[in-house]
Amino acid sequence: MSEILTDNNNKVHVENMNFYYGNVQALFDINMDIAEKKVTAFIGPSGCGKSTFLRTLNRMNDIIDGTRIEGKVLIDGSDIYNPMTDVVALRKKVGMIFQKSNPFPKSIFDNIAYGPRLHGVKDKNQLMEIVESCLIKSALWDEVKDRLDKSAMGLSGGQQQRLCIARALAINPEVVLMDEPASALDPKSTLKIEDLVNELKKDYTIIIVTNNMQQAGRVSDYTAFFYEGKLIEFGATGQIFTKPNQKQTEDYITGRFG
Amino acid sequence: MNSKRTGEKVIYWLMRGITYLVVVFIAYILIDILIHGLPAISWEFITGDPEKSGAEGGIFPAILGTLFLVIGTIVVALPLGMFSAIYLTEYARQSKFTQTIRMAIVTLAGVPSIVFGLFGLGLFVVALDFGASILAGSLTLACMILPTIIVASEEALKAVPKYMREGSLALGATKWETIYKNVLPYALPGMLTGAILGIGRAAGETAPILLTAAAFFLPELPSSVYDQVMALPYHLYILATQHPEAQKILPMQYGTALVLLFLVIGLNFVAIILRIKVRKKYKW
Repeated sequence: MSEILTDNNNKVHVENMNFYYGNVQALFDINMDIAEKKVTAFIGPSGCGKSTFLRTLNRMNDIIDGTRIEGKVLIDGSDIYNPMTDVVALRKKVGMIFQKSNPFPKSIFDNIAYGPRLHGVKDKNQLMEIVESCLIKSALWDEVKDRLDKSAMGLSGGQQQRLCIARALAINPEVVLMDEPASALDPKSTLKIEDLVNELKKDYTIIIVTNNMQQAGRVSDYTAFFYEGKLIEFGATGQIFTKPNQKQTEDYITGRFG
Repeated sequence: MNSKRTGEKVIYWLMRGITYLVVVFIAYILIDILIHGLPAISWEFITGDPEKSGAEGGIFPAILGTLFLVIGTIVVALPLGMFSAIYLTEYARQSKFTQTIRMAIVTLAGVPSIVFGLFGLGLFVVALDFGASILAGSLTLACMILPTIIVASEEALKAVPKYMREGSLALGATKWETIYKNVLPYALPGMLTGAILGIGRAAGETAPILLTAAAFFLPELPSSVYDQVMALPYHLYILATQHPEAQKILPMQYGTALVLLFLVIGLNFVAIILRIKVRKKYKW
């Protein structure tokens, strides 16, 4: 069962989507609309397909051998799996934050400038502007402004993750995918990331996968519950958490399984 | 209980002893060469031309010849090996075909060096008409060390975590941009390790150059890659086994061996310095 939200401008539209790793089907007939400039959370037990689904939205699964997708995924109305789609342009538009923070073993500056440089920004002053504004947006500027030339590997785990967020913002995405961005962080760093998500949704459409129920409740406007590759329930976060329509959702949220 | 502990001890000392034995062999070889070789080393020995079929004079043409051969080998083998490894690890899908390629590479590593020599003679010297030359010798040695470089490069590429690639791709980099900017720099130290091993082998081998590059006695320096050269290992082989007065010119043999040893160590040293520098730059 799935629902389609219609009371918003939709950024992402997914229709009858099936996804396979080789012969193993990982996602079953997903239908979903994701609202623009809102936070949508994907929850569900490990292996339920929520990360796989997230990775279909910037075609990150393309790099895994033997994957196959059926159905439609539209972003701003255009089919991202159309053979004519420019994957580079898609990934520029749909940024991604990974579960394990993955700063490159370069300086803080070079990390954030990595994307802009790829897309042709060469002017040092312009790069500096981008780096500064993205670090301010990711609430990291004050902590690192004096050591932009130092290796990003010297930052703490929470700082590294915010650096990765700054790096993703540096290419001006419209959608930001976050795959359990705080799962490896301490509670304080986690709260910082959550504050950041709240701040960022003014400008970006954010989709966040999380194993942390409270986190989904705190940061998201909409929540989707996945189970065994199926979208079980999707709705406003308040409704999902207070009066879910499905028994499975209720069981999961109240901690009876998963 | 007690006999169990004795057994443990025996095994421990056995393994420890065998390990030390290996060190003893290496130490013996080194010390022997040093003791007998050092007296033969002189400015004239290193910079001079050989005289009387190598019984007197120096070994400069052989030093230079080996240096040219090693440089030529690395220039050919390193890019070939690196690109093959990049193709195999980053681009090729895992299939029967790539498995076959990998098996061929491993097999190549086990081919005796004299077979490479004959192969080089047939292909480079005769069929391609390069003659016995630096070019033919370098290409032959390159074929020989290619497996070493490919395998080391593959390992180095595999050691770069997957998230480096994903992180870069997610920022809209193409595959090649990702490899070039965010994989190769981190894999370079490991690739250089492969090159180091290759250099050592290329400098020390006799059989492959015997038929493709080395001259028995050529007291003049090469002027192009199509020239034959003297080479240290071959020179040593000649002095030790083919020379009519082999017993009398022992110091010349030891001196040559010592120079060859130091040349290989020196080349390795350069590569190791290079590797440390690169590794320092990209630490994760």
